[in-house]
Amino acid sequence: MTQTLPVGEGPEVQTSVTSTDAGQGAVAVAPQWKLVWWGFKRHRLAMAGMIVIVAIYLGAIFAEFLAPYSSEHYNPDYAYAPPQRLHVLDEGEWGLYVYGYKSEQNPETLALTWTTDESKKVPVQLFAHGEEYKLLGLITTDIHLLGTSGGTKAPPMYLLGADRTGHDLLSRIIHGARISMSIGLVGVAVAFVLGLLLGGISGFFGGIVDTGIQRVVEFFMSIPTLPLWLALAAAVPPGWGPLQRYFAVTVILSMIAWTHLARVVRSRFLSLREEDFVTAAQVDGASQPRIIFRHMLPSFSSYLIASLTLSIPGMILAETSLSFLGLGLQPPVVSWGVLLQEAQNIRAVSTAPWLLLPGVAVVIAVLSLNFLGDGLRDAADPYKH
Amino acid sequence: MLGYIGRRILLMIPMIFAISIVSFVIIQLPPGDYLTTVVAQLSAQGDVVDQAQLAALKAQYGLDQPMIVQYWTWISRIVMDGDFGQSFIWNKPVSELLAGKVPLSAMLTISALLVTWVVAFPIGVYSAVRQYSVGDYVATTIGFLGIAIPEFLIALILMWVSLTYFGQSVGGLLSPEYRDSNWNLGKLLDLLGHLWVPILVLGAAGTAGLIRVLRANLLDELHKPYVIAARARGMRERRLTVKYPLRVALIPFFSTVGWILPGLVSGEVIVAQVLSLDTAGPLLLNALKAQDMYLAGSIVLIVSVLTVIGTLISDILLAWLDPRVRLRYR
Repeated sequence: MTQTLPVGEGPEVQTSVTSTDAGQGAVAVAPQWKLVWWGFKRHRLAMAGMIVIVAIYLGAIFAEFLAPYSSEHYNPDYAYAPPQRLHVLDEGEWGLYVYGYKSEQNPETLALTWTTDESKKVPVQLFAHGEEYKLLGLITTDIHLLGTSGGTKAPPMYLLGADRTGHDLLSRIIHGARISMSIGLVGVAVAFVLGLLLGGISGFFGGIVDTGIQRVVEFFMSIPTLPLWLALAAAVPPGWGPLQRYFAVTVILSMIAWTHLARVVRSRFLSLREEDFVTAAQVDGASQPRIIFRHMLPSFSSYLIASLTLSIPGMILAETSLSFLGLGLQPPVVSWGVLLQEAQNIRAVSTAPWLLLPGVAVVIAVLSLNFLGDGLRDAADPYKH
Repeated sequence: MLGYIGRRILLMIPMIFAISIVSFVIIQLPPGDYLTTVVAQLSAQGDVVDQAQLAALKAQYGLDQPMIVQYWTWISRIVMDGDFGQSFIWNKPVSELLAGKVPLSAMLTISALLVTWVVAFPIGVYSAVRQYSVGDYVATTIGFLGIAIPEFLIALILMWVSLTYFGQSVGGLLSPEYRDSNWNLGKLLDLLGHLWVPILVLGAAGTAGLIRVLRANLLDELHKPYVIAARARGMRERRLTVKYPLRVALIPFFSTVGWILPGLVSGEVIVAQVLSLDTAGPLLLNALKAQDMYLAGSIVLIVSVLTVIGTLISDILLAWLDPRVRLRYR
């Protein structure tokens, strides 16, 4: 399912920084983070990935403003309404509008067939007034980036189509980004603490402690994770609220994800222990914590950030799979995996293929994170040639 | 070589022990035990629960004993008699249920692994030998996509496309007319006709990863001094690639089984569910949803042990192929 690649693959990019990147002599005195940044900037795909990821996280933070509707807003009259095209030009002039819907019910199957009604124009506004919400949980407002003019009474707009109960898919995808993207961050944060602690202990002390921890890591890496995740997620008590469930699922995911990070930390520790500057610090009489935090940590923090970035996609994919199978998050919580539950039924997908769109969101997020992580990893060591 | 194999098998014993502990914990995780479920089921049907029968069951499963004893009873029954306990949703012994489904899952996983190898090999080699060519970019792009798209999404899209454009359902393993018939050539062909879809879907992610590994390894090898020296002596380019660098670059085919195989097994669970295949995956899901824990725990146990054995076989092959591996432990 989720797969982590051994370190060292990916498109090869020349990353050693030369004086052409900055003014003559600037390279010689530049601090490490600047060298990493110069190396990273050359990686075009990684830059693109970074922009997309920043946009997605910003979108998740300001979801209520960006989405035309709230995630609970629905209208059963518009079940499986197809996506509408947003027209920008109105008879030669600027003007946003969508055409209305006409529906016909098949007398035998009772299914609705939708056609666009070109005689009905629904005007669309930027910064329209719609449902009230609290921006960032603080400011009460009712302004949405896009909305049909006429407030809540106007006919609904479905730019990416509607689902079985007439939820707006676009709004749901934007709101779903909040859960799907944050579960990656929170899960990786938990895994990071575990991985750093155990990997650090393993690499620093070596010997029998190292062997023990390595066996545990190998154990987790060699068994299939999805059955284990499913079994643990199934044991989460059904009475738990959405927030408790969210944290339970996150902890379950990170219980297995820490192993990869622990490996990276350990191998970096092992190779750094032999470096001259560490020996020099030891000879200088620096204390153990000072050597670790002042000398060793800065020189592998960029590796850590790269590995962390590369672990987030796995988390997102795992959450999506769990929720898709119905053992992760549950509605009314909206995540991309929960939205894809609707697509489990192939009949539903064939009448409303846009139900697969949350999957496209997953793919975009995962691809961008992979590019970003690859770029970071290649740029992580500005001194290698 | 024998010493290496012996060592590797010894290392596997604690691994299998750990798997059995994890599976046992999974069985014990939901509140209540097997008997509570049985009692609830019986009372739901309006039956009177016989106290004597209850006590007999309790003794049979050792439920009044401490945890360690319960674990021992459970694992020794599995090892000695092949008795995995009772599934209450099916009212059948777990072993009987598994015997029908696990071989199919194993076959699916192994075929997917083979397909992964067969597809990834030429693409990976081409991608490395013709670095930065159009074909290389196409392969790299497909590789990235294969890693980013979850298997179930590929399966869903395939099903949707074949239903909408070819008017054909690709789900299931057998067409309805063969479902209850005996095995004959027609049924076998029908099975093969359905099987390629899950194999293709399952193989996609692993193939993508393997192409990247093979390409990176071969690229590393192609720039080594011995290759340049051989080229300087006028050796043909094809012979030059096939003779040594390719042999070295082939090693990941076996060493990556360790992480491709668990991924394939995980993928099988979810893909089988989407394509409604009659394998161990959907069985596990239904068991978990109904809290049929003996069944669920046994599937986790068997699937994990099989994965570990698969990895062991690939490690032995690797040692046979690569003297550096087998001599490291001398």
